[in-house]
Amino acid sequence: MDDLYREVIIEHYKNPSYRGKLDPHDISFADNNPLCGDHIQIDLRIGADGVVTDARFDGHGCAISQASADLLIESIIGKSLEDVKKLNKESVLELLGIELGPVRLKCALLSLKVLKAGAYGLHEAGDELVE
Amino acid sequence: MTLNLTEIRKDFPILDRELRAGVWLTYLDSTATSQKPLAVIQAMDDFYRKFNANIHRGVHTLAEESTAMYEGARERIAKFINAASARQVIYTRNTTESINLVAYSWARANLKQGDLVILTEMEHHSNLVPWHMLQAERGIELDFIPVTEEGLLDLEIYKTLLDRRPKLVSFTHMSNVLGTINPAAEIIRLAHEAGALALVDGAQSAPHLQVDVQALDADFFAFSAHKMCGPTGIGVLYGKAALLESMPPFLGGGDMIKEVKLRSFRANTLPHKFEAGTPAIAEAIGFGAAVDYLTNLGMDNIAAHEHEITEYALERLEEIPGVKVFGPSADKKGGVASFTLEGIHPHDVAQILDQSGIAVRAGHHCAQPLHEKFGIPATSRASFYLYNTKDEVDLLVNGIYKVKEMFS
Repeated sequence: MDDLYREVIIEHYKNPSYRGKLDPHDISFADNNPLCGDHIQIDLRIGADGVVTDARFDGHGCAISQASADLLIESIIGKSLEDVKKLNKESVLELLGIELGPVRLKCALLSLKVLKAGAYGLHEAGDELVE
Repeated sequence: MTLNLTEIRKDFPILDRELRAGVWLTYLDSTATSQKPLAVIQAMDDFYRKFNANIHRGVHTLAEESTAMYEGARERIAKFINAASARQVIYTRNTTESINLVAYSWARANLKQGDLVILTEMEHHSNLVPWHMLQAERGIELDFIPVTEEGLLDLEIYKTLLDRRPKLVSFTHMSNVLGTINPAAEIIRLAHEAGALALVDGAQSAPHLQVDVQALDADFFAFSAHKMCGPTGIGVLYGKAALLESMPPFLGGGDMIKEVKLRSFRANTLPHKFEAGTPAIAEAIGFGAAVDYLTNLGMDNIAAHEHEITEYALERLEEIPGVKVFGPSADKKGGVASFTLEGIHPHDVAQILDQSGIAVRAGHHCAQPLHEKFGIPATSRASFYLYNTKDEVDLLVNGIYKVKEMFS
């Protein structure tokens, strides 16, 4: 359990490197977790070659949701949008380095859901994006 | 009479559960659902072992026995809330369905575009959404009794809302987030003076307070078994007899009819008119056992015990730096302590407490508008029932210090 709150997670929660908004941006998407009201917005800048040149997240929520957003953003800068679309549940769990029960998994995956909905240009972020 | 907690805790087998090696359950989530005493578990087990048969119209022994048990439970539940007659006690699935029954049957027969329904800002979603749906369908109007900073209903504004001649005032007897016990009798008296009916959401009050629907003069009173030591899947809508008589049926099917022709039907008498299909028979019997259990302990004794625990909990929680408890002081509320811990999300609080076996709830507790009012997305909520002890409050407080340490 103390694992669940590994120092790296607490650190990313308290001192995130990528919290904020990008203006202008090429892609922006936001969504909530209806179970707990966590909210994440992600802004992306995309270069001519389809690579994510900069990214930020904003919002509020528990340590798991906010730390996973920060780690996720860190991991996608410099990646192509096509690679971003291929990210899945395992990618996020690998970043967090922990195992999660079904409820907290939703907290951890909110940022990925928002990111992929944005990458695909969807109107709504569905759970199937992170399965 | 003070409750004997050592004996009471023996009645609830789950309270002994070792969740993980060396970690025992501290259950502080009874506002979501209460634990069940052996008497209830055994009553349902006994029913399935010895009596199980469908109710009504059966001639064989089992059918007669199960019908008597199902209807006997209704009579004890009626007595528990001091209903004048058991025919005024309609079995439903839960409080939510009870409120929906009123919204579908009474409201659709009686409300038209522009009619006003008054709710409050502290309602559970179950007493908001059925009215939102009716608003979309019928164009009724909704207005809300505001909640003060202290967490009480603003009755002065309520009185001005009544000048607009509402048709219905529907409100919670006790808030599931703030714990506030609302002055139901006064709210109902004022509603009646203005010509409105009153529906009371008693999901949180029936488990904790002596409820007397006749003294309250409630037109409708809705509550659920599972929050008061009974099983899930069964609740009650109490209504005044003349009102229930005048209302059209809710769901159609077996049991709710007196006579069916190929092209028509005649509705059954109360309470069966509102009970279509095979009901939750074992659950009704379990509900009967639950009210017997509560009656034996005495609702006044239960309320006094919970008051003592709540007062102690508020005192201990408020001494923790960074903790903010929402809602009024202990004398105006039931056993609920919703709180925030500065800088730490309620989900994290609940998760870390769970590691010490402490079960609290985190989120908006199905009262999102109320949380918006207080400008917070979520709270952690510890709630107390007849089986909780001061030692458990101490475990909670120690747990919160542990959370703070982890995030420091």
